[in-house]
Amino acid sequence: MASLKELKNRIGSVKNTQKITRAMQMVAAAKLRKAQDAAEKSRPYSDRLGGIIRNLASSMTDAAGGPELLVGNGKSDTVMLVVATADRGLCGGFNTNIVRKAREEIVALEKSGKKVKLFLIGKKGYDQLKRLYEDQIVEFISLKEERSLHAGIAQDIGAKITAMFEAGEFDICKLIFSEFENVMTQTAVAKTLIPAMADLDEAAEEETSGPDLNGAIYTYEPDEAGILRVLLPRNINTQIFTALLENQAGEMGSKMTAMDNATRNAGEMIDKLTLTFNRTRQAQITSELIEIISGAEAL
Amino acid sequence: MADKLNFSLVSPEAELFAGEVDQVDIPGTEGNVGVLPNHSPLMAAIRTGAITVYNEGTETQYFVQGGFADVTPDGLTVLAEKAMPMADVNADSLKADIAAAEAALDGLEGEAALAMQQNLDGLRAVVSG
Repeated sequence: MASLKELKNRIGSVKNTQKITRAMQMVAAAKLRKAQDAAEKSRPYSDRLGGIIRNLASSMTDAAGGPELLVGNGKSDTVMLVVATADRGLCGGFNTNIVRKAREEIVALEKSGKKVKLFLIGKKGYDQLKRLYEDQIVEFISLKEERSLHAGIAQDIGAKITAMFEAGEFDICKLIFSEFENVMTQTAVAKTLIPAMADLDEAAEEETSGPDLNGAIYTYEPDEAGILRVLLPRNINTQIFTALLENQAGEMGSKMTAMDNATRNAGEMIDKLTLTFNRTRQAQITSELIEIISGAEAL
Repeated sequence: MADKLNFSLVSPEAELFAGEVDQVDIPGTEGNVGVLPNHSPLMAAIRTGAITVYNEGTETQYFVQGGFADVTPDGLTVLAEKAMPMADVNADSLKADIAAAEAALDGLEGEAALAMQQNLDGLRAVVSG
């Protein structure tokens, strides 16, 4: 049996750990509220943008001749996966879930003979994926230095992706991130970024088609092509931005739950250790008493 | 009761306005557009400038930078790249934006330069107005 001093030290160290996990939980809870707020505020924009593109696509006069960002470049040989994860650990299975989803996608795509490239956002995903797919990683971005997420970050990433698409480095681009449902549930999802049409088709199955224009025809200012040229890159940026915000909310939610569990486990451990400590102390006192009594009797 | 226009102004960061109004003036790239209820479907790109919302005799102004206006029979949606109430616009940060736009203009040509020039003009107009 461990000595009293050893037990005391262990209780002390578990108590310290509990303090840390409790602090982390509270920080995560505060950040979660902010992140959730930001994610929810960004939703109307991305929803509306999706709606507008859907409208445009459905009323487009010549769908096949549309911009490549919308209809694709006719090939599907190389697929680039944009995997967005968190930069920090200690948030339960959050990062692992995203990475697992990414690996499932990679395996499925490679099975069907496609080439897969990886564009990684976030350090944790990079750490986990580089062991298996190091030579397929074309880009890695860490957002650790950014104090808060703003649209500019997504713009930079979006510009990079668009430039790579225009340079013909890939044919299809998919975005993998964690959709924030609530604090307990985050689901890793894959969304097609390029061509935008593919994603719209998926969305169109759930929703009804765009608003009924009563047969009226859209007026474009300046013109359809000009608008699409600006709108499509913006759509990519927005999708990335939304993904980053959802991810952040998910990370914080996941971290909060993980740290809550850790704090509770530490509490249980402290209870157990305290019980053992008290028992050991009692046993020691008893054995000391016995020694004294039997010593007195021997006299 | 007269018809009302269902107007919403959203930026990537937040939904700034949603509700029914009488009229909205939008700075389009091809010129200002006044949108009244039952406007025909329109999709317009927006330049830097001010959106004016008229409702019940009051005027509210919003500063917008880039984006789109989408008019459907359901109403008007403005998707702005950047947007804020005119009251929150800070002259100093605008001046910094102007300086940045001037610097960016030098390296551009063709259509991009035109867009940047429009952005610059809009910023200048807001500062002086």
